[in-house]
Amino acid sequence: MSIEVQHVRKVFGTHEALKDVTLRIESGELMALLGPSGSGKTTLLRIIAGLDLPDRGTIRLHDEDATRSTARDRQVGFVFQHYALFRHMTVFENIAFGLRVRPKSTRPSERDIVLRVYELLKLIQLDWLGDRYPSQLSGGQRQRVALARALAVEPRVLLLDEPFGALDAKVRRELRQWLRRLHDDLHIASVFVTHDQEEALEVADRVAILSDGNIEQVGTPEEVCRRPANAFVEEFLRDVNPRSLNQRVS
Amino acid sequence: MSRPRTSDPAWVRWTLTGLALTALALVIVLPLAAVFVQAFERGWQAYRDAIVQPETVSAIELSLLAVGISVPLNLLFGLAAAWAITKFQFTGKNVLTTLIDIPFGVSPVISGLVYVLVFGAQGWFGSWLSAHDIQIIFAVPGIILATTFVTFPFVARELVALMESQGTEEEEAALVLGANAWQMFFRVTLPNIKWGVLYGAVLCTARALGEFGAVSVVSGHIRGQTNTLPLHVEILYNEYNYAGAFAVASLLSVLAVITLALKKLLEWKTSQERI
Repeated sequence: MSIEVQHVRKVFGTHEALKDVTLRIESGELMALLGPSGSGKTTLLRIIAGLDLPDRGTIRLHDEDATRSTARDRQVGFVFQHYALFRHMTVFENIAFGLRVRPKSTRPSERDIVLRVYELLKLIQLDWLGDRYPSQLSGGQRQRVALARALAVEPRVLLLDEPFGALDAKVRRELRQWLRRLHDDLHIASVFVTHDQEEALEVADRVAILSDGNIEQVGTPEEVCRRPANAFVEEFLRDVNPRSLNQRVS
Repeated sequence: MSRPRTSDPAWVRWTLTGLALTALALVIVLPLAAVFVQAFERGWQAYRDAIVQPETVSAIELSLLAVGISVPLNLLFGLAAAWAITKFQFTGKNVLTTLIDIPFGVSPVISGLVYVLVFGAQGWFGSWLSAHDIQIIFAVPGIILATTFVTFPFVARELVALMESQGTEEEEAALVLGANAWQMFFRVTLPNIKWGVLYGAVLCTARALGEFGAVSVVSGHIRGQTNTLPLHVEILYNEYNYAGAFAVASLLSVLAVITLALKKLLEWKTSQERI
């Protein structure tokens, strides 16, 4: 499943959040949208998900025009920055939500839903927490539940908004590697937003560097570090610990 | 337990607490107690007689009818308004937010007069209404309209604040997961705000039961027909029927105390919801 963003522009009031953005993410690829805050990376992610509509340009999912289709129809998995877990539902019900709201004709049986949820709980290594409420979980646990909930509907693409932003350094490290392995098992296109250079270079196959509503450079971590396309990229990546390139998890 | 260093000396705290309690006793507890003392002055039997009078019973019925219609209506309006204000961006949003507060801003008497101007015999629709034999002013529909108008802000305001603090992320998550608008509302939004809805309904009920000014203007004070509980209290009082007046007033007071208890409980529940 590939994602194609073509000449997308988005304006909020007088602020031009995205100017003219074109980007292609191949199936099986893990792409990082990297940039300082206000560079438009979250807006781009929300437009791919269908949560915001572009003022101009098209979004193609798997070579089909999806620009006008709703978030509901796009079959994307979206992990929100603050997880957005349903606070009045247990972990189990959070994960089951996407299956339960399907129309009768495509909804799995109750038994299949239970099996699927336990399979996902095992995948995120939290199978003993099914009956807890989100407020009873730690940040890292919430993050993984949010991911399991997004995966329950077997999305065609996985989108993550600052997936590790709110976690402490140690948990962040573990989850990064876990996400990388998970992505490799799923064979879908994944995009995550981050403002952390090391995180992007360590986890992603390719990195798109944004600034002020424009994409400055797209390339593998080696490419953007060794051959920055312009002064902004060079400056933005200057302070990165060169070790993060060698520490790549694969 | 050690006292925080920033706190005031003991005598200041005791004086302030004492002042507050005295004011509370004088302004609230004493009058409330007086209502019950007066009501039962001539014994339980007289109290019962005052309440089972047909005119009192009909006032109770009319008050309950007005509450029974205006509260559900305001729940519906309030939910719709809060939903629109907090989940969407549109032009005129500030105007809508301001309009919701109008019933709080204007005197209830004005609220009543507005309806007389619009629906009264000399009003804009007066001749049309009388031609079609529909009576709104000095009749039950007018009372319900006035009550609904005066109590409109309670549910809406409570829900706007609550839903604003909760944000729209959970709704967006539901959409991305494939929920349609109804599923999103009934499975995500409504469970998140249910205590807030109840809280608004309780406040709305209390105000609707006690509304005097607006209803007084549109009611016409026809005994046994267009008299609500508060209006009935006034009539009895003006006729020097103190025992009767205070007996009916004690009914309203009991309802107020129940409302207060419910309100406290729901406040605690909504504070949990906001987390």
